[in-house]
Amino acid sequence: MVIEKTLGSKAFDVLLVLFLGGTALLCVLPLWYTLVISLSENAAASSGQVGLWPVGFNFGAYQEIMGDSKFFNSFWISIQRVVLGSSINFVIILLLAYPLSKNAKDFPFRNVFMWILVFTMLFNGGLIPWYQTVKSLGLINNIWALVLGQSVPVFSVILVMNFFRNLPKEIEEAAVVDGSGPWHTLIKIFVPLAVPVLATVTLFSIVYHWNEFFNGLVLMSAADHYPLQTYIQQLVVIIDAQTMTAEQIQKMSELSNQTLNAAKIFIAMIPVLVIYPFLQKFFIHGITLGSVKE
Amino acid sequence: MKTKGYTKHYYLMLLPGFSWLTLFSIVPLFGIAIAFQDFNPGLGVFHSEWIGLENFKYMFTLNDSKTIFFNTIFIAVMKIIGNMIVPLIFALLLNELRLAIFKKWIQTIVYLPHFLSWVILSGILLDIFSYNGPINGILSIFDINPILFFARADLFPFIIVSSDVWKEFGFNTIIFLAALTGINPSLYEAAAIDGASRIQRLLNVTLPGIMTTVILLSVLSLGNVLNAGFDQIFNLYNPLVYSSGDIIDTWVYRTGLLNLQYGLATAMGLLKSVISFTLISVSYFLAYKFANYRIF
Repeated sequence: MVIEKTLGSKAFDVLLVLFLGGTALLCVLPLWYTLVISLSENAAASSGQVGLWPVGFNFGAYQEIMGDSKFFNSFWISIQRVVLGSSINFVIILLLAYPLSKNAKDFPFRNVFMWILVFTMLFNGGLIPWYQTVKSLGLINNIWALVLGQSVPVFSVILVMNFFRNLPKEIEEAAVVDGSGPWHTLIKIFVPLAVPVLATVTLFSIVYHWNEFFNGLVLMSAADHYPLQTYIQQLVVIIDAQTMTAEQIQKMSELSNQTLNAAKIFIAMIPVLVIYPFLQKFFIHGITLGSVKE
Repeated sequence: MKTKGYTKHYYLMLLPGFSWLTLFSIVPLFGIAIAFQDFNPGLGVFHSEWIGLENFKYMFTLNDSKTIFFNTIFIAVMKIIGNMIVPLIFALLLNELRLAIFKKWIQTIVYLPHFLSWVILSGILLDIFSYNGPINGILSIFDINPILFFARADLFPFIIVSSDVWKEFGFNTIIFLAALTGINPSLYEAAAIDGASRIQRLLNVTLPGIMTTVILLSVLSLGNVLNAGFDQIFNLYNPLVYSSGDIIDTWVYRTGLLNLQYGLATAMGLLKSVISFTLISVSYFLAYKFANYRIF
């Protein structure tokens, strides 16, 4: 990189740091504000006295959540969903990516399967037929409806498949000569080589299952089957009236327990915040690896 | 390679994924029949009465359909433009930054909102834009009366677009940054020796260097013209802003699952799917033809 030392250039550098720093701050301030609200007194929060620091610092909201069995129930459902959902996704992604990474010469009909896969990613029956199908499978109020989701994570499959395709052919040939079968080759040779890209797609799965609320809303008819995001959605977001006036909406937002809601929102953010450092380390690398094509 | 006997194992490997796909993606395709029926859930797809294109005809007589098509395209196109320009500018600025550690630090922070759900972010946004919230607090400094942002149909699309750009710009920056690192550093050296200033280098080396990426992304974004973002709008809207915020997906949800007009909602959903699929196919074809882009 060329380094210039003119005054104008230096002034630009300073402005640049300030601007980019400010933009970055803009991305975390809303999250910080939520934390601050959750630690403030409710009266101060709802009358708009809280700024960047808690007013009347207390853990009351968090203590209240401790005794909230509905919240914990939803939290537990979300944990189950993440564990089951991402493990299943992991296995399915591997089992699809490996055969599909073969040439049509080594695996006849490979292209047919590939087109079906891409077609289902690009075209679907829409909400109502999908809902009717899941319903007729008897999966309403069943956690498996959430775990199995709407479809295979096709994007992740393509990512891993592209990665497999770029591995040197000699690796697999050597394994085959040594008597390794397809399953053995996949698990003992391909998987260890693909750790960064597999970590990436797994983290995507985890984030997807943790964040998804709509399946929970539509496929679970009773609140005690809701995953956490659906629970929070029902609590915080829904402004549920067909004929509400602006004044009524304002009243309602004042009546709602802002600190408690903020605390619930913040707790729901924690898992993402916790895995985020790992995620960040892996995903750029992983995406780049999978998207490079021969 | 002696992999002749492998094929049956390959089929076995595909089995779980394709069973799953069949159940949740392919079987619902047959449910498209609902769009051509006076669907009665009690009778099911096989016994409901066929009414041909009645649902589609009725759909176009509704005032709603004009509104939701306009809103969907308006919001989606604004998002496409915003999600292109803001990350591009951000990546260019970040590229000018010489402090490597600070650069990494900023990137880490701006990627974060992408990984939070719209449920969480809507909860936060509703707080921030509330009557007594910080935005109105800031406005009051300038003697502006508090605004009920989420009750204002005229402001709603802009809140939707800007908050989406806010959430995604960091993540969208990744692609541009990758393209920027692909530019040959010796081009900068040569330009500097020729006496090019920073601005001139930006205009003559950097911008041409990422132009292909910009064009490719614009072409691919064509497929998203009918995707205005269900999760976000669903979590932020209310009846007061239906006139400017209701989109095809939210309308299908309300009409189909809340008002139980299955046939009508499926017809609208099908129309959307068909148009989107066509647009995506065209965009992929163009991207393949002009930029040799392939997804696999």
